[in-house]
Amino acid sequence: MTAALALVVGALINLTGPGHYIHWGFIQISVGNLVVIGLMVVTFIAAILIPYHRKGGQS
Amino acid sequence: MTTIDRNDVEAGIGLPEDADQWTAKIRGFLMRTLPPGRLIPDRQPSYMASWIYIFGALTMGALAMVILSGGILSLEGPTWWHTSSVGLFVNSLHLWSVELFFFFMVVHLWGKFFMAAWRGKRALTWMTGVITFLASIGAGLTGYLSQTNFDAQWISTQAKDGINAVGIGAYFNVLNFGQMLMWHIMILPLAVVAITVLHVLLVRARGIVPPIELEPADPATAVAGGEG
Amino acid sequence: MARTKRFNPDRDINVWTGPYRPYDLAKEIIVTFLAVAVIAVVLAVVFGSPDEKSVTVKSWSTADQVDFATTAITELDGTSATAQYGPPYNDVKDVSQMIGPFSIESALGVHIPVNPAQDFVLGPLSTVTGNPKLSKALAEYKAATPEQQQAWSAAYEEAVKTATVTAGTLVVPPGDYGPVGTLIGNLTQLATSGGLDASLINHAGFYSTDYTKSLLFVADGGYFSSLGDANHLSGEQWGMMNETGSYPGQPWLWLYTVWYQIPPFNGDNTFGANADALVWILMMVITAGFLLVPFIPGVRSIPRWSRVYKVIWRDYYRSQR
Repeated sequence: MTAALALVVGALINLTGPGHYIHWGFIQISVGNLVVIGLMVVTFIAAILIPYHRKGGQS
Repeated sequence: MTTIDRNDVEAGIGLPEDADQWTAKIRGFLMRTLPPGRLIPDRQPSYMASWIYIFGALTMGALAMVILSGGILSLEGPTWWHTSSVGLFVNSLHLWSVELFFFFMVVHLWGKFFMAAWRGKRALTWMTGVITFLASIGAGLTGYLSQTNFDAQWISTQAKDGINAVGIGAYFNVLNFGQMLMWHIMILPLAVVAITVLHVLLVRARGIVPPIELEPADPATAVAGGEG
Repeated sequence: MARTKRFNPDRDINVWTGPYRPYDLAKEIIVTFLAVAVIAVVLAVVFGSPDEKSVTVKSWSTADQVDFATTAITELDGTSATAQYGPPYNDVKDVSQMIGPFSIESALGVHIPVNPAQDFVLGPLSTVTGNPKLSKALAEYKAATPEQQQAWSAAYEEAVKTATVTAGTLVVPPGDYGPVGTLIGNLTQLATSGGLDASLINHAGFYSTDYTKSLLFVADGGYFSSLGDANHLSGEQWGMMNETGSYPGQPWLWLYTVWYQIPPFNGDNTFGANADALVWILMMVITAGFLLVPFIPGVRSIPRWSRVYKVIWRDYYRSQR
């Protein structure tokens, strides 16, 4: 877990160096793509969970 | 010939004797499907209360950024960004706008899927969304092929095998830079924008989908497929 | 139709008769656009974009003359990947990918003709002037029988395995390869000088925008694929999704590239041999399913079963109780 985190941070600091990859069985994914996909999932969950305060709403 | 005054002409009232005109029929269709209150609404049903609803607008915002940055790259041509620091920045802006475009589009897609947003005669809205996604993948791929660098060389020589295997490669030659650039800056952007416009007009014509209901509100008046 | 069908919660709605609230659509569009613009500018400034230099025949042959010569001889004797590709480049039989008993590739035939021996080797060499030794070797090669040509090429392929580069020149151990040594030696010189890059481009008069031949030649070499492997870009490395460096690539291609990583498509069997064609057909079927989600029973019920909608519209359902 710490190793994976270090990889993520390492990638964010310099994107032009050699790529960082995570292997898990037959799955091999670049840290860049993993971050994008992870953020999409987090964004989706946040979008449906965060209360939406509306002005002048009536119900 | 019946006379009609200027106000009635501009309001599109139309005389019975003009009703068989193509123009009058098209206007009548548009006014029935997209009256101003539907096309540019200032109110929405009260169930529209979630952040998930902004991802369609975010996707279009990113599309606008993609087109803007791509337009600037077009001004100077496909190899400008290798030698100019301004060009490199605009290229970076183009790349990240594309990443954002797909990012927001996928979140929008997930949201609409879990809302079963095709209900009530909205299947065509779903399908135009899927086609936009596919056209965007094509636009993204041809963009990668138009970079005039190692990436473009690598992706084109890898992509050719799959595309050749189903016969498309005979006509859509990913190794032909000129052809790919044309698809990337002309045909596919036009397709993405045109289908997006249709998608948005369908959303406006049908309105946003009401919440999932397990039973009809009133068995006597329930309409299969929604409002007709 | 409305009267005969039962209410289906995955297809039908209750027409909204409830209240409407103010919603400033124009403001939403402009504010979201500005927000996206700011995020995009920040990402562009912080991360930039990758720009790995392209490989030219010159840069390839300069970096690895032996690999270049090893590839060039396979182009001449017709054993390279491009020479053995079949349609749409050339009419080699029984090499196209099959979908069951059928090959779309072969059925469509040759559309982008590429003859590696002529286009990559003999053609470019015949444009060189003022080199009598080369002209003689070319004439000798062209006059020989196909059997003799193959024998020379085979001998050269063997010899080039132990070739070295001395003082910037390719040195191939002596062998019974006739004029082929002169041909490939001169082609290597033409390549390192940059002359071959120009003769590989498909010209339509003065201008050119078509790099089909150059790309096919470069991609046949070991040098190019080793650069791809080093960047995790190969097909069996989920390469289609990836970008050079640590940049995110095309993650939206995951469902396409995943098939190449798993059985039966990654196997040494008929599925593996025809993986490109079969994965594409599979993806077309999946795409059709994606397009038709609203009409597919079961699939269109997933949203209702998942109950995610109850979270999204929680205010509404709360007000209904």
